[in-house]
Amino acid sequence: MSLAVPNHLSVIELELKRQTKMRGVYSLTIFVALVLFIILGFETANEANSGGFLQGFSQLLDFPIDIIKMSFDAGWGWFYLLVEYFPALMETIHMAILATFIGFVGAVVVSLLASQNLVKNTTAVSLMRRVMDFSRAFPELVIAMVLLFLMGKSAVPALIAIAFHTVGALGKLFSEVNENADMKAVEGLTANGANWFQQVRYGIIPHVLPNYLSYGLLRLEINVRASTILGFVGAGGIGEQLTANIQWTYGADVTAIFVLLIVTIIALDYLSRWLRGKLIASGASVVG
Amino acid sequence: MFSVSNVSKHFGEVRAVDDASFSIAEPQMVGIIGRSGAGKSTLLRVLNRLADATSGEVWVEGEDILSFKGARKREWQSNCAMIFQQFNLVPRLDVLTNVLLGRLNKHRTIPSLFKLFSAKERLDALMALDRLGISSIALQRVETLSGGQQQRVAIARALVQKPQIVLADEPIASLDPLNAKIVMESLRDIHDTDGLTVICNLHTLDTARQFCDRVIGMSEGRIVFDGKADNLTTEVAKSIYGASEDFEESMTSTAIGSDNNKPSREDLQIKELSTVDA
Repeated sequence: MSLAVPNHLSVIELELKRQTKMRGVYSLTIFVALVLFIILGFETANEANSGGFLQGFSQLLDFPIDIIKMSFDAGWGWFYLLVEYFPALMETIHMAILATFIGFVGAVVVSLLASQNLVKNTTAVSLMRRVMDFSRAFPELVIAMVLLFLMGKSAVPALIAIAFHTVGALGKLFSEVNENADMKAVEGLTANGANWFQQVRYGIIPHVLPNYLSYGLLRLEINVRASTILGFVGAGGIGEQLTANIQWTYGADVTAIFVLLIVTIIALDYLSRWLRGKLIASGASVVG
Repeated sequence: MFSVSNVSKHFGEVRAVDDASFSIAEPQMVGIIGRSGAGKSTLLRVLNRLADATSGEVWVEGEDILSFKGARKREWQSNCAMIFQQFNLVPRLDVLTNVLLGRLNKHRTIPSLFKLFSAKERLDALMALDRLGISSIALQRVETLSGGQQQRVAIARALVQKPQIVLADEPIASLDPLNAKIVMESLRDIHDTDGLTVICNLHTLDTARQFCDRVIGMSEGRIVFDGKADNLTTEVAKSIYGASEDFEESMTSTAIGSDNNKPSREDLQIKELSTVDA
């Protein structure tokens, strides 16, 4: 039994088929272009490099095997290394927490001014957005290297670098949260004569705070890694120890530091997941 | 006391409110009726200064409140409480705090950001909640409440503002009939007990008849009727609602106990669909 389709519907049906076909053609073209692009890219890179792509693979496992061997040779002394590097780890974590906190506060201020629904002046909003873009554009490493050169080797340049980058990174996320906030509460407060600060404090903050904190915790995780890396370039903490020990090929020390870092990241992950769960369950009435 | 003169609000070519004028000499309960898009909400928003009028004046005690700016404007907004269809409370905060937020305008910015309300204000807020019969939920979070409860919280917030006038924009449009009745009775009580002018946007004619001293009918931005509810004839009602010949007042009703708007049994029966063979 064939369906008798009215004429005007069969026209739509035909058009749909044609569009589907066109879409297929487009997709295939793009796919082929991408594949070609990748193959050509490989060729170019291969020619430019002194070695081939595959050459390094045979050496890839040499270093891990070496350091694991050395760790076994260290015997029970290896566990003492965990204690020895713990203060350096704490330094790194402190650096990350402080930088995240400073960046968080900055991001809240900047994001509120960069939200179209809260600031009517479009010039100000776009200016604030550019400020965020600017602070996000520079990786922590670049800022830290410049500041370390200017200020000498200490944790402060790293702190500034991470906080600066965090303002941009969190500010961007926060302003999106702000712009998605339900404006009904703000309207209600406006209608009873609240000023801008009061509207934001009571109309927006209680609504967005759980999201802020959730993103903030995620950023803390990222910043612990960042402050580790900044240790490589002389900001102190566990990163500095790690890079020194890798250069000296003290295998046992390297594995001890790795274990500390991995445990820290896992612990932070659990902690932030637990906290975020609590935040979402209780909303912001506790803190807001 | 309160005089709206030639107020218009245009959105591009659309005249949401077109040359509206009326005045209220002594405290009254006024119902503004009209179908969706008639300009009722826009008019109230202009009066509260949530929206700026395109032209016109609103005189209150010798001053044109439409000319107010900055702190003066916020002070007027504080004196002119507004209640919304969707309650517009802060869902994440508790009921008592929400009510206290009605006091924000009376505080300087910095203390107000830390919830530093006085014991007197907290007592006032609790009294307002008690008056509306919901003091037992004072510490509950607003998002856990029913619509009817939320609207009563909003009314309590309006009360602690100690306003000169209360505006209510479709306060019962998203409530069930029982809660709608409670809310309307509360608004009426504010008029009767506190002697305040209450201006209330309503969809339905019978609610206006039941609770309001005076009815203003709007259609396409213009005021087409202004007078006692009893003077509202079916002809005028038809023009307000833009309805056709078979219009009956009960059609607009959502109130409890008006049996005549129940659909008949025949209407409820699903008509057999005639199937078309291919």
